[in-house]
Amino acid sequence: MENKTHYIVALVEDKPGVMQRVSGLLSRRNFNIKSISVGATEKLGISRITMTLKGQEEVLEQVIKQLNKLIEVVKVLGIEKDESVIRELVLIKVNTATVSARAEVVQYANIFRGRVVDVAKDSMVIEITGDESKINAFIELMRSYGVKEVARTGKTIMTRGKKIVSIKGK
Amino acid sequence: MKMSGARAIVSGLEKEGVEVIFGIPGGQSIPLYDALYDSSMNHILTRHEQGAAHAADGYARASGKVGVCSATSGPGATNLTTGIANAYMDSSPIVAITGQVPRASIGKDAFQETDIIGITMPVTKQSFQLRSVAEIPEVIKSSFYIAKTGRPGPVLIDIPKDIQEIEDEIDFNVKLELNGYKPTLRGHPRQIKEAAKLILEAERPVIIAGGGVIISEASEELMELARLIGAPVTTTLMGKGSFPEMDPLALGVLGMHGRKAANYAVTDSDVLISIGMRFSDRSTGAVSCFAPDAKIIHIDIDPAEIGKNVSVDIPVVGDAKTVLKELIRVLRKIMESEKSKAWQEKIKIWKKEFSPKMDYDDVPLKPHRVIKEIMDFLSEDDIVTTEVGQCQMWAHHYMGRSKPRSFISSGGLGTMGFGFPAAMGAKVAKPDVNVIDIAGDGSFLMNIQELATVVENNINVVVGVFDNHYLGMVRQWQELFYDRRYSSVYLGNLPDFVKVAEGFGALGIRVEKPEEIRPALKEAFNAGKPVVLDFMIEHECNIFPMVPPGRCLKDIME
Ligand SMILES: Cc1ncc(C[n+]2csc(CCOP(=O)(O)OP(=O)(O)O)c2C)c(N)n1
Ligand SMILES: [Mg+2]
Repeated sequence: MENKTHYIVALVEDKPGVMQRVSGLLSRRNFNIKSISVGATEKLGISRITMTLKGQEEVLEQVIKQLNKLIEVVKVLGIEKDESVIRELVLIKVNTATVSARAEVVQYANIFRGRVVDVAKDSMVIEITGDESKINAFIELMRSYGVKEVARTGKTIMTRGKKIVSIKGK
Repeated sequence: MKMSGARAIVSGLEKEGVEVIFGIPGGQSIPLYDALYDSSMNHILTRHEQGAAHAADGYARASGKVGVCSATSGPGATNLTTGIANAYMDSSPIVAITGQVPRASIGKDAFQETDIIGITMPVTKQSFQLRSVAEIPEVIKSSFYIAKTGRPGPVLIDIPKDIQEIEDEIDFNVKLELNGYKPTLRGHPRQIKEAAKLILEAERPVIIAGGGVIISEASEELMELARLIGAPVTTTLMGKGSFPEMDPLALGVLGMHGRKAANYAVTDSDVLISIGMRFSDRSTGAVSCFAPDAKIIHIDIDPAEIGKNVSVDIPVVGDAKTVLKELIRVLRKIMESEKSKAWQEKIKIWKKEFSPKMDYDDVPLKPHRVIKEIMDFLSEDDIVTTEVGQCQMWAHHYMGRSKPRSFISSGGLGTMGFGFPAAMGAKVAKPDVNVIDIAGDGSFLMNIQELATVVENNINVVVGVFDNHYLGMVRQWQELFYDRRYSSVYLGNLPDFVKVAEGFGALGIRVEKPEEIRPALKEAFNAGKPVVLDFMIEHECNIFPMVPPGRCLKDIME
């Protein structure tokens, strides 16, 4: 059967050890997680965890059910790619020892709607957000200059339009 | 009201109706034990924390109430973990309380510090480390609520020593807010209707009852359903006792060491009604040939069990009792005629043909004979616990039980050393019934120190040691699958369990001949003290029937 990429969003109570419970569960149950990111939400005391995993449909179902069993997990949803905006933020430190390299990298960054956030004598840090293919394409381009360092946040995701992933009540 | 953390914990436990705590104190739980000194709750000092955890588990399984155990930080806490894992695998409600180093020392590798929350995270339903005195009422209330509701399981509360000592305002009037925890009790009406329709179409229905039937106290409904649709009933190890095994509709136990009739009936069934069970590999054999022609209805309170091991046709998430009641109601409404008796006739023939032989007269004793004598001696309310190994499977296969909570065994984890402390816990919960641990010699040695506890506290349980001088189950696998290369399974001729029992102040009786069994049982259950019965059984007797691991339920070795 086909291994597809799946996206899961979990809304969790912001209590000690929650991330440990979630990540421990995922590895213990042998789920292959590609990325996981966490941050605050519109509600005080509720955090949002976004997970990307590769696997079959049944695996996705098991992950969601197992996550739902955690006491602090209030809501879990599998999210379809077509109905959502998926973004990732990346910082890339590129080798720019020559003047021409510097100019070119800045140009590419502009084309990709990235920003130069740090300039040193022989390197630059570019910040870029976007979906996976855009980011991968940019990193590939940078390789010819020499990529010194890449830091990716992991994906974060939001459904388009009417559908809202949130918790009712106070 | 202002009180110390320790006092608040004790009050909280009392308010939950806790009557007994099994445990051992230590440096980081002295303040808690100081508060216990004035409590009406009974604290039973076990001789090892593993014994305390299993005792709490046995207490919970015998009574249906939450069992409580306690240990100090570090080694005390780690000693509890096997018992916690055992309770987790078998969905048994216990609350484990551990002392912890003071908050200021956490993370510094202080003396006897361990991250017990981290260690037990995979084997607890929930855990808490207290961060303030004020939160004690809420944490205790949530712990008991989480442990016993939904799919039950162990909850751990880790209490830093300084929190036990500090005084603060305590308000026990707390309302629980568990937004992420809402077990589904009622089955979905449409699913129940679908299930009913499928059941009416069935020609060869079989019911598999698991531990969930016992937990939800659904035995009456199970019986009603079985009678109504004329379906035979088999149970898993955890479900043993949920349906009386002497009933004409009873198939006996299922699985690797199940009854032949049960394994055959499940394999040949066209509709399987699986209730409160999780399709463990020990029950199903190879999944590829498990009930190949059957449509499967799966009733379980844990949605994550649906489709985990076996794909099912009609899942019903909910509490077994609630769902069965509704299912029966729907069935009665739409059922028209009696079901054909052909399937039941076939079952009857299988049961007769495959009825196990137990009346051996051999010396050394055959385990079957010992099981039979014990079974005949006990009444249906008495409680049998087991250790793990051949002893467990002899009891599982051969000993008929007819009441829920009358058979207590380590199913999911298969923990040697469980049966004896569990028997102790069960006897504390039900002091008026006879309690016997069906023990292997290897297993008994793993928590034999609890003889001191039962003697000291007059907890008069009987341990029946199936003394084969071997780690018999492993030896059997080595004999059958590894060319008889017996590697590290011989236990030797010692210890002398009679003398060991006497050394602890219990009574020891050696039993060598079949005719000695019954008198020994009589003496044991009337001794007025704990007793060890040393049954000298045939050393290399195997437990059959057996479905080799990874094979189909019908591939039975005898
Ligand atoms: C704590 C633990 N250690 C090891 C095992 C593996 N094991 C399973 S059965 C068994 C042998 C049990 O021997 P005994 O208690 O004498 O029972 P018998 O099989 O001889 O009846 C062993 C070692 C286990 N289940 N639990
Ligand atoms: Mg043995």
